[in-house]
Amino acid sequence: MNFLLINFFLISLLLVTTFFIFKTTSLISVVALTGAFTLLCSAIYVNLDAVDVAFTEAAVGSGISTILMVMAAAKLPEGKKNKLINLFPSIILAVSISLILIIIIANLPLLGDPNAPIHLHVVPEYLKESKDFFHIPNVVTNILASYRGFDTLGETIVIFTAGLGVIALLTSNTLNRKTNFKKNNKKNER
Amino acid sequence: MRDKISSSPVLSVVSKILFAPIIIFGLYVQFHGDYGPGGGFQAGVIVAAAFILYSMIFGLSKGETLVPIMINRYLMCVGVLLYAGVGIVSILLDGMYLDYNVLSSDPSTGQHIGIILVELGVGITVATVMIALYHSFASFGEINE
Repeated sequence: MNFLLINFFLISLLLVTTFFIFKTTSLISVVALTGAFTLLCSAIYVNLDAVDVAFTEAAVGSGISTILMVMAAAKLPEGKKNKLINLFPSIILAVSISLILIIIIANLPLLGDPNAPIHLHVVPEYLKESKDFFHIPNVVTNILASYRGFDTLGETIVIFTAGLGVIALLTSNTLNRKTNFKKNNKKNER
Repeated sequence: MRDKISSSPVLSVVSKILFAPIIIFGLYVQFHGDYGPGGGFQAGVIVAAAFILYSMIFGLSKGETLVPIMINRYLMCVGVLLYAGVGIVSILLDGMYLDYNVLSSDPSTGQHIGIILVELGVGITVATVMIALYHSFASFGEINE
């Protein structure tokens, strides 16, 4: 009963936050509200006993990405109001996507259903043997780092590549830019 | 822009007080990930948050002296290479790639060592990538000023 009450409260707060994200026109407040949105999401994950996911959501979603969005918003020119020209196509798109999602949700297994496919495949084996074998109580860490070591390696490489891409795009390398600028000028002169 | 130091003494004092506890909390999350929630990803983000806080309050150039850009970029690679290197080492010790059993004479100790090293690699990469992202965003467009 408590679980349901807390969930209801958090989800209604989530809806209120979403409404205000739609309403506001200033970029900074949209960023702040998005941070609040992800923080509420992490509270929902805690309520669902997914502490690791909640931790990640709180640290990455509402921590770092809010800071990065604030930095990006500070670089944008100010005073541009959000102009919605024609709401009709976006309403149709939103309604159809939500309909598809509702149909999918209706077909999902219930929350905590022991016969759900995800609980029948490899999970029982992991849960049974991992503590005796690894002597590490946190099964999430075992799965992340050992059973699914390749996946985590891939994720690390994805993060690394993303960092490389941002550095390559945004870093102000004074020397290179000046030489490029001169080259471009020469080309233009010709 | 680059050396704009925060005028508010409250911000600078609070950030100085918070810097060490944030890093210690990051290390706790990093190495306690085996027993509680946490691990490399979260710890990396938390440690990066400490450095980002520092360079937000005291200016980018002070943050640069704390974590030089080139060292940060090298560390990005070190994290990924540490992770991949654990796999290579386990191949050299007659195991399969990322098979931590062979890292020690006792398989479960080997798993422990492997998981800690791998999580450390993830943590280093995530922290340095986040610092690099912040740095790129913050210093973008300065050349035009």
